[in-house]
Amino acid sequence: MEAITFWILAIGLIAAAWSVILQRNPVASALSLVAGFILLGILFLTLNSSFLMMVQIIVYAGAVMVLFLFIIMLLDLKTEEKRPVPYLRLAVALLIAAIFGGFFFSALQAVPNGHKVLSWSQPVPHVDAGEIGQLLFSKYVLPFEITGVLLLVATIGVIVLSKKEIK
Amino acid sequence: MEAFTQITLNHYLALSGILFMIGMIGVMMRRNIIVIYMSLELMLNAANLALVSFSRFSAVPKLDGHIMVFLIITVAAAEVAVGLALIVALYRLKQTTNTGDLTSLKF
Repeated sequence: MEAITFWILAIGLIAAAWSVILQRNPVASALSLVAGFILLGILFLTLNSSFLMMVQIIVYAGAVMVLFLFIIMLLDLKTEEKRPVPYLRLAVALLIAAIFGGFFFSALQAVPNGHKVLSWSQPVPHVDAGEIGQLLFSKYVLPFEITGVLLLVATIGVIVLSKKEIK
Repeated sequence: MEAFTQITLNHYLALSGILFMIGMIGVMMRRNIIVIYMSLELMLNAANLALVSFSRFSAVPKLDGHIMVFLIITVAAAEVAVGLALIVALYRLKQTTNTGDLTSLKF
């Protein structure tokens, strides 16, 4: 059961990710990305973190992607006209990605508990929003507050950037 | 055959690596700045997947990975808001979102 779920989600996620970078129409890219985020949320659920699944779906598939679609519609972006495929750039991109992949997969051999098998029946500590909140407000209260300041800075920055003329 | 029926930490990490690679290819290959942004989000999410799976498979149950993912999601939301505001400002100035047309910094 774990295996079937994982493979279905993994194949769906990779297909959605390819679709994001290959679609010519930005709206289609954005919708593929929504599908990818939802699949990733379900993957979080298979890893026993229901809270992060909710956050993922509300913040990413909800708020962030609405923002993306809003901007795409606002700028009225048309499907890109067909340009000659940039083979050189494609080759360089694939080469760099392949080098990264090579390092990544060789590093996987060294993961200490990399061969630990996922099993849903074996009991794991329950992860709920309360525990995460408690940790967030005790051990991680400083990063939490810095994130709050960051959000404030982002809000002010967006207001300044979207003014008609910056004096 | 066991590699297909037994899902381990390495499977999740490999999936996250593949997602990161796809995002990286998207950032390097695409010319539409909004699609580049979406690829960046894909890379952030790949990192999130790795963090959550490390947290789930750790020998001592710990929630630190979850906190980190939570903070990354918050920062990513702020980053998207600022980035899209920049894109709108850029579009107002140049009427384009194609990075090939934005060459004023080219020497």
